[in-house]
Amino acid sequence: MVATLRPKSGAPRSYRFPAFVDERLPSGIRVVTAQVSKLPVVTLLVLVDAGSTNDPHGKEGVAALAAALLLEGTAWLSGAEISEKFEQLGTSVESGADWDSAFVKLTALSDRLEDAAVLLGRILREPAFPEREVERLKAERLAEILQLETEPRGLADEKFSEFLYSDDSRYSRPDEGSADSVASISRSDVEGFFKANYRANSTTVVLVGDISTAAAGNLVAKAFHNWPSGAAESQRLIATPRTNRKRVHIVDKRDAPQSELRVGHVGLPRKIPDFFPTLVMNAVLGGLFGSRINLNLREAHGYTYGASSYYDWRRGAGPFVVSTAVQSDVTAPALREILLEIERIRTTKISIEELSLARDYLDGVFPIRYETTGAIASALATLVIYALPADYYDTYRTNIRAVTVDRVLEAASAHLHPDQLQTVVVGDARVIRDSVASLDLGELRIHDQ
Amino acid sequence: MRIPIETFRLDNGLFVTLSEDHTAPIVAVNLWYHVGSANEREGRTGFAHLFEHMLFQGSAHVGSNEHFELIQRAGGTLNGSTWLERTNYFETVPSNELALALWLEADRMGELLPAMTQEKLDTQRDVVKNERRWAVDNQPYGTMLEKLQELVFPPTHPFQHSLIGSMEDLSAASLDDIAQFFATYYTPDNAVLSIAGDFDSADARALIRDYFGPISKGKGKPPLSPMSLPAVFGAPLREVVYDNVSLPRLFMAFRSPIFGSDQYYAASVTSALLGMRKGSRLHRVLVRERQIAADAGAFTLDLAKGSDLLVVDVMARPETPVAQLEEEVEREIDELHRDGVSEEEVRRAKALIETDLIASLQSAGERADRLSMFATYFGRPELINEQVDRYRSVAAKDVNTLVEERFGANNRASLVYVPREGIESEDMLAAAVGAR
Repeated sequence: MVATLRPKSGAPRSYRFPAFVDERLPSGIRVVTAQVSKLPVVTLLVLVDAGSTNDPHGKEGVAALAAALLLEGTAWLSGAEISEKFEQLGTSVESGADWDSAFVKLTALSDRLEDAAVLLGRILREPAFPEREVERLKAERLAEILQLETEPRGLADEKFSEFLYSDDSRYSRPDEGSADSVASISRSDVEGFFKANYRANSTTVVLVGDISTAAAGNLVAKAFHNWPSGAAESQRLIATPRTNRKRVHIVDKRDAPQSELRVGHVGLPRKIPDFFPTLVMNAVLGGLFGSRINLNLREAHGYTYGASSYYDWRRGAGPFVVSTAVQSDVTAPALREILLEIERIRTTKISIEELSLARDYLDGVFPIRYETTGAIASALATLVIYALPADYYDTYRTNIRAVTVDRVLEAASAHLHPDQLQTVVVGDARVIRDSVASLDLGELRIHDQ
Repeated sequence: MRIPIETFRLDNGLFVTLSEDHTAPIVAVNLWYHVGSANEREGRTGFAHLFEHMLFQGSAHVGSNEHFELIQRAGGTLNGSTWLERTNYFETVPSNELALALWLEADRMGELLPAMTQEKLDTQRDVVKNERRWAVDNQPYGTMLEKLQELVFPPTHPFQHSLIGSMEDLSAASLDDIAQFFATYYTPDNAVLSIAGDFDSADARALIRDYFGPISKGKGKPPLSPMSLPAVFGAPLREVVYDNVSLPRLFMAFRSPIFGSDQYYAASVTSALLGMRKGSRLHRVLVRERQIAADAGAFTLDLAKGSDLLVVDVMARPETPVAQLEEEVEREIDELHRDGVSEEEVRRAKALIETDLIASLQSAGERADRLSMFATYFGRPELINEQVDRYRSVAAKDVNTLVEERFGANNRASLVYVPREGIESEDMLAAAVGAR
């Protein structure tokens, strides 16, 4: 017989987010370092204010391509040699661009860090963008775009963005570009983008791991000296909705056994005064296993393997979206439940139990999020990208605990807009069309995939 | 670099490993049950995994879904997963909540059945069917694992059938099956419990004795059908799948030495040398130089019984015909088999593996999971500390011996995905049909 009584919590031990040093080199490069000495491992992350929102109109995808091409050759090393050199040091470098920044990162054992960092600094200072590699990466991106046609999850995400944002918003197009825009990018577009955006004052180097902050600062100064100073021009962020009326789009996929669903609207920029109430609100709505939407669609009805809601936080207003995949024949009932849950959380107060579940989870899980050098480096990157205050992580748990039922209701009623919901269904139109049309989702449009 | 390890066994057979680390107030609890899809009987494919879902539906003193709620309320993360040879359950919690995590695991190990109902089974069956639709049927290349199992293992072999199971078998599962499976496999003597992170060893031992001590030992489990297999297939195997995919993709599998054996480390290095990161052979030659592939990689399944599989995975560029994809991959493998590998390639692969091994031990959950794995498969959790040395000791000649034995024409199984739409155009059809 197992003990029948649930154990009580012990006394919690205190935890602090790792202390970090934030300074600027004479060249203008910002350096953020944190010493974390559990294991002989270090993560190096270079952030440049050269994300996809900096893409010129018609050349969408150039930011992502430029970031990937940083590691594809210099005047003195080919792309193959670059890979080989890093990998012989037991590390591999990843680079890319998201909406708000370009990034280059590697994790290495401490005794190989210096060699890797110095090599990386030299390579990033003078990428050659060889024509052959530009054309190869473009072809690989075109292959990815083709893949999306048969990949319902990615297709649903992409169509949702397209139907959500106005044409003049960068967010309406894929961050890595469309077939047309990628095909139009030339080597000189990439080089031009690099010269305009990769400047010392737009760059931050984050170094986290088994190295003192003083040594880390010196290493960055040594590896990243001599960068062109100055900052890139800042871009205007447009995040206006395509329409203020609700609409439903079926993207037809013959014989699909499931419908991929996305329901939402333009959300909020990352830096808002009521970020914490909004975070807790979303946790109750669809951010946890025990959230309303998952318990309803998965555990009460068995419609799906999982359902969730989230804010895609960006500098500009990214999407708020409910996302799930349900078996085709319950598409309409599942959509009805989603609408009910959105309406319910914005009109009536959540219970104290729901509040405490979300609050206790977000508060308690905090130290678990920062177990690795990679996770701590990403957290520091978040501070830099969104210009959050230096004590953001030290006050995070207090801010979470301060959220009340009333603040959650205020956030939900201010930020959820049932009359503006855009619904995307990637599924078999023949099976679902009539039942979906009978719901109050606005004008129905059917698209051939 | 070594992590500390203590072990003991309760009278009921539960094997326990403990590894303290007080750098953060976090503790991971991890249970491996030595049962997976390999243990399923005929007509019940997918049952081990369906059963994993049922373990979150409550037990004698825990309500349906309450396991999830209590752990998340405590600020913890949790999940479970099912594989061919094992099923694991794990939570990482703030260290002052260790007792809760242990109590929850003990309650469901000791007294699951009082909480089982037909309604819960029906709902989870629907959830799992939707998991199958989502991850397998409606996902490009989602059938890869089950197609590969079917292609490379003989019909009666425990690894031959689908892990997620067929819709028909999932429909047939009953509450009686649940009771029987639980009594046979979810017993303390068929499990390993690991704790890693911030805890006091004496406290943890006392909790484990209190919570898990009273659970009765099992009555033993039926033996698996014979698993050992010849080192090679004997002849080339090949299957073409015409599917709703955009790009042709080739999975080429090789029988390889079982996980943990001396030769396994050479196989693992071979896999890294062929397909780990951009400097690997297949990426360098097929993606970068010849530009016939959009991506290339390689991995081992890490099966600890019978025979492991090393799998090469190459995705074609849109303009590459299927026949060319197969020919060029074959040519690379032929060349490897004929000429062997260089010291430099082996050094690169080992350096990458070493960094990954050490970096992965940063997370308490990973440490606990690996301790459970080595204890379950080999009864030796301390193997976690020997991995770096095992890899360091692999020499180019060991890799060449393995390659000589396992990469010949008599040990290749090709699973080829061909876009269904493309088949209609004549040259693609000719390519697909004429590839052999």
